[in-house]
Amino acid sequence: MKTLMKKAIQLRMDLLQMIHRANSGHTGGSLSSVDILVALFYRVMRIDPTRPLWEERDRFVLSKGHSVEGYYAILADLGFFPKEELERYCRLGSFLTGHPTRKVPGVEVNTGALGHGLAVGVGMAIAGKMDSKPYKVYVLMGDGELGEGSVWEAAQVAAHYGLDNLVGIVDRNRLQISGYTEEVLRLENLAEKWRAFGWEVVNVDGHDLERLVGTFEKVPILAKKPHLVLAHTVKGKGVSFIENKKEWHHHVPSEEELRRALEELNRQLEELENDVSKDGYKTCNC
Amino acid sequence: MSQKMATRHAIAETLLKIAREDARIVVVTSDARGSAGIEGFFRELPERTVEVGIAEQAAIGVAAGLALSRKKAYVFGPACFYSARGFEQVKNDVAYTGSNVKVIAVSGGVSYGPLGSTHHSLHDIAALRAIPGIDVILPSDALQATAITQMLVESEKPAYVRVGRNPIPVIYEPQSRFEHGKGVLLREGKEVAIIATGEVVWHALEAAQLLLEVGVNATVVDMPFLKPFDQDLIVEIANRHERIVTVEEHSIYGGLGEVVLHCLAQGPSCSVKIIGIPDEYPITGTQAQVYAHYGLDSRGIQNAVLDFLQRMG
Repeated sequence: MKTLMKKAIQLRMDLLQMIHRANSGHTGGSLSSVDILVALFYRVMRIDPTRPLWEERDRFVLSKGHSVEGYYAILADLGFFPKEELERYCRLGSFLTGHPTRKVPGVEVNTGALGHGLAVGVGMAIAGKMDSKPYKVYVLMGDGELGEGSVWEAAQVAAHYGLDNLVGIVDRNRLQISGYTEEVLRLENLAEKWRAFGWEVVNVDGHDLERLVGTFEKVPILAKKPHLVLAHTVKGKGVSFIENKKEWHHHVPSEEELRRALEELNRQLEELENDVSKDGYKTCNC
Repeated sequence: MSQKMATRHAIAETLLKIAREDARIVVVTSDARGSAGIEGFFRELPERTVEVGIAEQAAIGVAAGLALSRKKAYVFGPACFYSARGFEQVKNDVAYTGSNVKVIAVSGGVSYGPLGSTHHSLHDIAALRAIPGIDVILPSDALQATAITQMLVESEKPAYVRVGRNPIPVIYEPQSRFEHGKGVLLREGKEVAIIATGEVVWHALEAAQLLLEVGVNATVVDMPFLKPFDQDLIVEIANRHERIVTVEEHSIYGGLGEVVLHCLAQGPSCSVKIIGIPDEYPITGTQAQVYAHYGLDSRGIQNAVLDFLQRMG
């Protein structure tokens, strides 16, 4: 588990550098979703970077397409495309656009407009059922994104078809671009809403990698029901002066801010290295 | 032109026939099985259908997900909703993503007649043509719709196919052949060329007959593909005619007429008259009454052509 935790810190450093270099990006939401992505891509999903379109693969849809930097950094780290391309993120002619597209090996669908990913994931899950394929479909949504009515259309369809091969994940960081979600337009009670739509809901600390992996590995808990993992997170997680600040939704770190952020993250890496209590998760194969 | 058939039924029947052999074909609809005429598919191949209820955005998104899982996904439903409510999904999940989804947009234009402008789609050519990566097709009769359906099954590219609701005359022969992206020269004349698309093409043919009776020999061209558009054919027609009249069941803005003008902007000089729905919400009436009011029927086309010829001297 320590290796996985180190990976998450390293990816935070990578994505901050990407955003700084590109002078563009979504800092807060990328940092809040890193641990969810790490759990899925390094431990849970059956994928093969040498065969991005392998028919048996698990599917991942980044419905909150703006949190793209961590996603790209992971795909590069896993070998879907050369790491050097990350340096060209958002540059003229790069295939690494500011929201994911299928030009990027490993990306399943072009996203960025909120409220689209779940329906596409539903279609993939229905296709899996039609073809009796065992793959699972994971769709990561933002909490602010749940304001889009199309999310709830898709939620109804998923429940109607009993898609127990579909896992929705909400990055519940409680902030959106204008401020706190509950002040912009109240979302709560989110768990009850999803339950009312026919989904099985599991709450989890979205930064506890061990619990995240455990949660993803145990779903589906109930057959014939889609599952919603409500991942409670902190926007900007990992860097003290970015955490819980709405301004950092798409604020780009300056030279000085980047230096301070990397310093903090390096310190976390060192502390982790010296913390023997995190060595114990034996089943980790990362 | 004695036999009549609704193009939506031709597409649904053809697709079912092909789907019996091609297991990749799936159908998605949004409580529009009846209006799309796709009940037969739901009865015979229920395991390859997805009903999403009244939720056009979900229908397109789900279809994109199916297509990205190697299905040939067909979405059936009213043109007014798929060119507006589900438009962002068509743009992003289908065209931008490049997922093999075919949107069969039924009851297009003013097919719903008196139901009013919420149910009309007079903007869809303009909207869909402005999106890269998706073909825009308006078949003009049941036989052409059948041929286009067969063509679509072979293609992995997204398409938006707009058809009407009511039975219309069959103008082609069973042996007629069509090419992707090509227009069809239906009648060779000389004084004027009438270029039409979709379910007003048969009116254009009838108008040519009426014009002949008063001594005007009109060329008639059918342009089922609004995108890709057969620019070469238009230029060729313009080279041989001084006057062109375009006819479409669409706003005069952004439709066939403007596409033709675009082709001619750098090509041969030619006077063009556009017949379509003016920039207003159409009057209440059946489709035929609305056609007559705005001059989209054979009589209206005939009058417009005569007026145009006289005016231009």
